[in-house]
Amino acid sequence: MSYEFDFADVFAAWPELLQGLLNTLWLSAAAMAIGMVVSVAGALGKTSGPKWLRWIIDEYIELIRNTPFLIQIFMIYFGLPSMGLKFSSNTAALIALVVNVGAYGIEIIRAGIESIQKGQVEAGKSLGMRPLQIFRYIILKPAIQAVYPSLTSQFILLMLNTSVCSAIAASELTAVAGDIQSRTFRSFEVYFIVTCMYLGLSIFFWTAFAGIERSFLRKPTR
Amino acid sequence: MRELGPNEILFILAAVRWTLLLSLVAFIGGALGGLLIALARTSELKWLRLLANGYIKLFQGTPLLMQLFLAFFVPGLFGWSVDPWMAAAIGLSLHASAFLGEIWRGAIEVVPRGQWEAATSLGLRYWPKMALVIAPQAVRIAIPPTIGFLVQLIKGTSLASIIGFVELTRAAQVINNATFRPFTIFALVAVVYYIICRPLSAYSKRMEQKLQVAAR
Repeated sequence: MSYEFDFADVFAAWPELLQGLLNTLWLSAAAMAIGMVVSVAGALGKTSGPKWLRWIIDEYIELIRNTPFLIQIFMIYFGLPSMGLKFSSNTAALIALVVNVGAYGIEIIRAGIESIQKGQVEAGKSLGMRPLQIFRYIILKPAIQAVYPSLTSQFILLMLNTSVCSAIAASELTAVAGDIQSRTFRSFEVYFIVTCMYLGLSIFFWTAFAGIERSFLRKPTR
Repeated sequence: MRELGPNEILFILAAVRWTLLLSLVAFIGGALGGLLIALARTSELKWLRLLANGYIKLFQGTPLLMQLFLAFFVPGLFGWSVDPWMAAAIGLSLHASAFLGEIWRGAIEVVPRGQWEAATSLGLRYWPKMALVIAPQAVRIAIPPTIGFLVQLIKGTSLASIIGFVELTRAAQVINNATFRPFTIFALVAVVYYIICRPLSAYSKRMEQKLQVAAR
């Protein structure tokens, strides 16, 4: 092995890498939060909406799940402007991530909602709970508890998917890596460090999701 | 600027074979690797289980795009040059090994403990036990999620375009750069991916429901 490793140039670019890391973190967190709202709304539409709405949601899910994320981003960033909808690369990235994760999230939350027995809701009604209370405490929270592992692994996949947003030059970690690489020609070193940073982000989210489960979602014990 | 004519469309459609071929190679490579990972993950040797678990976590905790970049640049450290095709095939195979390994581990572990014990008490050693008793039962459970992952893998081949391998997505980009008709071109490509992936997803979903009914 005659290759000489040289990490100095890459480490010298640490402010850029840190900024990229923070942007990826922000982009992921924003897409997770909005994606969660889309998933819950979509799951409600799918379980109790009118027939035409259910049909639309089904088609949306199949369309997104059976096409690559990269094509979805290209469609939003390059395709939509020809119809008069123009977004900055960061906005397009966020929209694409939300649209993508929504298709998976709806199915996951729907499975959670369907796992709740009808008797639970009836019990809530007979206790005099208001519809919003029933939805929040009897439907949503137990549904999320039931599907929490699938939901969080979908969110981790979302975070990893943000790297694809570099293809439209959104300012996240992989795009920063590309910049540093084209300047220093230290391809292996840059991508090795950045891969480690993504692994760190995954570990961060794994830990954070486990923490959220412990503090908010633990079932009451007697 | 060129017009988007039949030749351009044909150029895009012809690139489907590279998407399919890359998917096939990665799936075969991933199946071989995944088998080893699944066996290691369910092994009685602790270090082997830990090693396989580390491999899975590493590949599930980093973006596929980074894995492809590293598959492209790491061989260079040893003085081997790989073209984008080789890098994509290797990267996607290693990626698929981790995911299929995890799926198949799950399928192996679902086989009831009594089956293992019965096979052992019949005097079967590790390989005959795995091949004759455990595998036939695990395969049934493993098929739907395996097909589901195949869909992920086919979609994942689109990232090979970023390291410069001319498959469906890259061909579309090339034509788009010449004709600048992004909406039509990417919509066409989306339809092609959809036509490939939809039957597989539908099959996987149907099989899964069948298994669930059978398990009741």
